[in-house]
Amino acid sequence: MLISRRTRLSLRAIALLYLLLLLLLPVAVVFIKTFEHGFSVAWGWMTTPAAISALWLSLVMAIIAVPLNTVFGVGAALILVRRRGRMAALLDALVDLPFLVSPVIVGLALTLVYGIHGWVGTFFSDRGVRIIYAVPGMALATIFVSLPFVVREVAPVLAEVGDEQEQAAATLGATSWQTFWRITLPSMRWGLAYGVILSTARALGEIGAVLVVSSLIAGSTLTLPLLVYQRDSQLGSGSITAAYAAATELAVISLVVLLVMTALSPRRQEVS
Amino acid sequence: MPPADSLAAPDPGGALPAPGRTRGWVGARGTGGLGIGVAMLYMSVIVLIPLAAVFVKALSQSPESFWQSVTNSNVLRALAITLGAAVLVAVIGAVMGTVVAWVLVRDSFPGKRIINALIDLPFALPTIVAGLTLLALYGPDSPFGIHIAYTRGVVVVALLFITLPFVVRSVQPVLLEVDRQVEEAAASLGASGGVTFRRIILPSLRPAILSGAALAFARCVGEIGSLVLIVGKVQIASIVIFADIESDAPQAAASLSLVLIVLSLIVLVAIRRLGGRVAH
Repeated sequence: MLISRRTRLSLRAIALLYLLLLLLLPVAVVFIKTFEHGFSVAWGWMTTPAAISALWLSLVMAIIAVPLNTVFGVGAALILVRRRGRMAALLDALVDLPFLVSPVIVGLALTLVYGIHGWVGTFFSDRGVRIIYAVPGMALATIFVSLPFVVREVAPVLAEVGDEQEQAAATLGATSWQTFWRITLPSMRWGLAYGVILSTARALGEIGAVLVVSSLIAGSTLTLPLLVYQRDSQLGSGSITAAYAAATELAVISLVVLLVMTALSPRRQEVS
Repeated sequence: MPPADSLAAPDPGGALPAPGRTRGWVGARGTGGLGIGVAMLYMSVIVLIPLAAVFVKALSQSPESFWQSVTNSNVLRALAITLGAAVLVAVIGAVMGTVVAWVLVRDSFPGKRIINALIDLPFALPTIVAGLTLLALYGPDSPFGIHIAYTRGVVVVALLFITLPFVVRSVQPVLLEVDRQVEEAAASLGASGGVTFRRIILPSLRPAILSGAALAFARCVGEIGSLVLIVGKVQIASIVIFADIESDAPQAAASLSLVLIVLSLIVLVAIRRLGGRVAH
């Protein structure tokens, strides 16, 4: 579009100002607020037993949810792209549900099934297994909210790549495992990596769903985002630095995630 | 040769292109049926059975009592605030997202690649962090003297932050593909920049803008993470559900959840009609 220099510059100014106010300012504030009383104060809050345990529990959530959703995602993407039939169409329609359901509803739903008064609650409580208000329930919530990322990144790549190389491999006598490992997986690797990084970010940062099913006990059922919530809402304004210290840890993790996303982005739809 | 359509880009909303033959396809041999079974079992345990429990809980009361619990003045007000904020955010996001996408595609300036990368920040940054920073910016200790924490204003700002990438990322690729020769032809025939935008560019961007805005709207309706610290006494739908769960009123929570899920499904159908793809 041929537009005047003035229009172009004012559009640029509007866009950049909007991004500055909406994106950069808030992120800068996290770091400023964290370190306003000095590095050692912030570091102290990041290394309390509760904070270390929260960081660890967040990692555990990702370590449980991401591999499960990756295996499911690759399998489901293969089904969506390569199979016809009512079941495949049903799976296609249902797989986006976790994106459309409010995280707080996810928490409620899990409570209604796995809670003490839930559908299978007595089965587990009779055996002394606690799911809701404990780590297993938080893991279920994390798996739920991060479920569609890998499917939705891998499926378009698979559709784009097609199957000629796989058919060639099959005619040359490769078993389906060999074909999968040598042809299918390499051809989807960038889309897969992008899906994995998105699910990891969501698993580490989820608050709404786990908030409902966590007992909010420091050292046992607090993830890093829950620690931010708990420190801000329960400790009072004197300990606000504590909340920001935990938020800074999350912000640093998310900047790393963003770097990886940026590095992967040009390649993710590329067909090798 | 496989049928040509299996090489095409996936149909945005509907079922992905399916092959005409199945032999020799990974995941489509004899084990294919088992694969679907396992995938559906996983979906059922994690997603479908729990959601079914919400429906059952909401509907295991008399219609009058269900109706009463989703039409009492508290709930109606919460729904009005939530939907109002979601519509406002979708509209502002559509306009500003299109401007940002246009600047990122058609303009060039130093630092553009960094700005482009930063657009995805709201997807990478945990929403509770976004909420905490808004509290610092607009709360009692606001450095600008703007005190909108615990008001509807801050809800809109938080939702604009978390939904920023939807419209930008949906418009950007379409804008890259737009045939610029048509624009140049329009300009050479005497059309002004504004007319060219309205008549040439906007029509081709419209589906992308609408599907991005619809996704943003759907995300806003259920959002809780970025709002839980900053809404104060502003009752939005997700906070009402959370409060109901906390005060041991699961049936009320389930009833409102049912209403929200139905709203989301309506939006999902609308997105599919618009030909968008549900992402993130």
